[in-house]
Amino acid sequence: MRENVSFKLNDKSISLTVDSERMLLWVLRSDLGLTGTKYGCGEGLCGACTVLVDKRAVRSCRIAVRDVKAKEVLTIEGLAKNGKLHPIQEAFVKADALQCGFCTPGMILDAYSLLSENPQPTLAEIIQNMDYNLCRCGAHTRIIQAIQSAANEMKGVEQR
Amino acid sequence: MKEDEYTDIDFSDITTSSHLSRREFLKSLGGGIIVFFTVGDSSLLEAQRRRREYPEDFNAYLRIGQDGRVACFTGKIEMGQGVITSLAQMLADEIDVALESVDMVMGDTSVCPWDRGTFGSLTTRFFGPPLRAAAAEARAVLKELAAEYLQIPSGRLITKDGVIFDKNRREKQVTYAQLAKGKIIERHAKEKPALKTVSEFNIIGKPALRRDALEKVTGKAKYAGDIRLPGMLYARILRPPAHGAKLKNIDTSAVEKMEGVRLVRDGDLIAVLHKNPDEAEDALAKIKAQFDVPEAQVDDENIFEHLLNNAPRGKVADRGGDIASGEKLADAAVEETYLNSYVAHAPIEPHTALAKIEGNKATVWASTQTPFPLKDQITEVLGFASENVRVITGFVGGGFGGKSRSLQAVEAVRLAKLTGKPVQVAWSRAEEFFYDTFRPAAVVKIKSGITNSGKIIFWDYGVYFAGERGSQLFYDVPHHLTATFGARRGASPDPHPFSTGPWRAPANNTNTFARESQIDIMASKADMDPLEFRLRNLKDERMLRVLKAAGGKFGWAPSKAPSGRGFGIACGIDSGSYVAIMAEVEVDKKKGHVQVKRVVCAQDMGLVINPEGAKLQVEGCVTMGLGYALTEEVHFKGGRILDLNFNTYELPRFSWVPKIETVLIKAEDSPAQGGGEPPIICMGGVIANAIYDAVGVRLFQLPMTPERVKEAVASRARSAVLTT
Repeated sequence: MRENVSFKLNDKSISLTVDSERMLLWVLRSDLGLTGTKYGCGEGLCGACTVLVDKRAVRSCRIAVRDVKAKEVLTIEGLAKNGKLHPIQEAFVKADALQCGFCTPGMILDAYSLLSENPQPTLAEIIQNMDYNLCRCGAHTRIIQAIQSAANEMKGVEQR
Repeated sequence: MKEDEYTDIDFSDITTSSHLSRREFLKSLGGGIIVFFTVGDSSLLEAQRRRREYPEDFNAYLRIGQDGRVACFTGKIEMGQGVITSLAQMLADEIDVALESVDMVMGDTSVCPWDRGTFGSLTTRFFGPPLRAAAAEARAVLKELAAEYLQIPSGRLITKDGVIFDKNRREKQVTYAQLAKGKIIERHAKEKPALKTVSEFNIIGKPALRRDALEKVTGKAKYAGDIRLPGMLYARILRPPAHGAKLKNIDTSAVEKMEGVRLVRDGDLIAVLHKNPDEAEDALAKIKAQFDVPEAQVDDENIFEHLLNNAPRGKVADRGGDIASGEKLADAAVEETYLNSYVAHAPIEPHTALAKIEGNKATVWASTQTPFPLKDQITEVLGFASENVRVITGFVGGGFGGKSRSLQAVEAVRLAKLTGKPVQVAWSRAEEFFYDTFRPAAVVKIKSGITNSGKIIFWDYGVYFAGERGSQLFYDVPHHLTATFGARRGASPDPHPFSTGPWRAPANNTNTFARESQIDIMASKADMDPLEFRLRNLKDERMLRVLKAAGGKFGWAPSKAPSGRGFGIACGIDSGSYVAIMAEVEVDKKKGHVQVKRVVCAQDMGLVINPEGAKLQVEGCVTMGLGYALTEEVHFKGGRILDLNFNTYELPRFSWVPKIETVLIKAEDSPAQGGGEPPIICMGGVIANAIYDAVGVRLFQLPMTPERVKEAVASRARSAVLTT
């Protein structure tokens, strides 16, 4: 159904008239031109399309745009503020925690979701949380290191 | 044109670039720099490209901007392997600029020197040397120009960070930017200058972080699917349910009424297009189509028998001594057959392309490992002049060999031509699995024998349909024969029910799994520790060195297998690099689950350009290799592919990943070798051997799924009962 959908996207209010049953992924990528969110499997199995909805990681290929009405959506493009990388992004850069980079936005946002809920996760908790994000290049060990160092970096700092 | 045909074509009848340049493009400016064309005029490069070899002219590889930044042009692409960093290191070091001032321009057929493609771990080995030579020559020419400009003998000049100065008077200086002014440098060195030696390196050999990380962590990195053009349409294409299926009837009436949907039918190509990809997908679902599907002859169970029945005559790849004599000298012999299933590439980015056609010009953005061969293919499809076709490759979201073929780009081009609009074709995950060029299923048969002193005396090896790479024996065996039956490609008739193609270290994963398993079986027969047995049967110094290095790091204490510890070894050679891997596994005998706990990889890859990047590739190979070793296998029935997403086709996950330790052997005086593939070859063998060491069962088929491990454990228990 075509209707008006308003929500907050990367700290800005937006309003769209769209078929609200469409998946958020495609509205982000084609209607809004936010291509940092990736299609990898279309069935919520890989995590490449992960965005934050009210600070929680959500697979944007599985959530209709009507379900984010009046909510706060954060995509990878909205994570760095005023040209300054978020500590998780910084940690990924410093740990070389990526190769082809296609899964990276989803990895970072899933890590963000984990750390906002559990600021000092154990190794087992990190692995458990990230286990449904696929990386084909095999950057896993570095991604874990990056999340651990981001958690340390963010210790005591209030998260956005 | 097929990629392998492509590589055989000889284009040497085209005149050389320097001849063309002097005759047609010369235009003189002052200061010893002659400019014959500015960025954007590509006719000279076009001529060089027709020769299908790396150009002589250093200007084809680099350009010094007016701001002092240095652009590096390469037909190679970045798909995660990290050459965006290592190539920049090579250029920066040889020309003497800061690494940060190099900008990589990759895989754009209009501005980059021709390249066959990014595969086979060729970039560092074969593009590296001409790139370094170009940078060294540019530096030498800049010094000559500076000598004239500053009126100082060249011998007194020093280059550093893009500045040339008098070693006696630092203030007498000129920058590369001032000399080059953003133009092509026509002067060339009379003699090719020598490349820097190890002691002269400032940037090569020093660990550097990935130079594309910032773009990739902020979502700014552009992949083919991220390009947006005004008026562009997204296409979804009608696909058959099985390879070999024929369209019987089709009803598109429901789609024809849909607003904003364009239906295109051109022979075999039936597509719907919309300004949004998901709405094109909805439209596709409304097409009613029936196909005739040929009856399935082969499936993932009977494929091995089918392959053996259809194997052509063998081709000798390597031989020495005489097998019959070896057999007579053997005190014990082992004869085994090893199998591996079809494996998918499964990059997280599916094949994607955007095509724009304006008049007689086509521009295509494609996720491809082979932009230049793709350009030729598109040129042929459209019938355009070659210089009017441009392929631009942005970041590629993983390739592993699967993006050597780029059918999606041809589809996009055809649809752009038919609709008059820019068209994106982005395969769904199901299409990605369906049209993947799988690593071929293969069989290896080995008969080998040892003497009572623990020496391998003969080795009779036959590999069916995997390919030759990695099949040659590097152990010291007096009587040996290696034969390949059926090429990886081009077999007639093709025994595979769908396309197969190169998969990270093609053939070598299969060959190394079989060889290293057989070696361990013989070590057991000889009552020897598997490392000791290998050392006894090797003379190759480089292999001995990596094995000892891995053993040292791992803390290998000799024991006969099965020791119950779950330790395994495998070693091999790929892309010029020597690798030895040791692993520790834990096997759940009830569930058949194998957990790899620790992996040590020692690699001799010659000169290491970027040690950090090299380690990242080792970790990537080890992690990706867990998949083909433990779970990855394409299920199919005839031409029907049964695994179409990650719910049934299982990729390695975080919870599988062992602790990985890498030892890079110091070998900086030997040439740089491949780094993107070698370690992955050992993963099947090392895990098979570690499973045997843990629980005393031998797996002869990859992947070693929980079902197969359980079955092997159960069958061993059964035979133990029978023999007691």
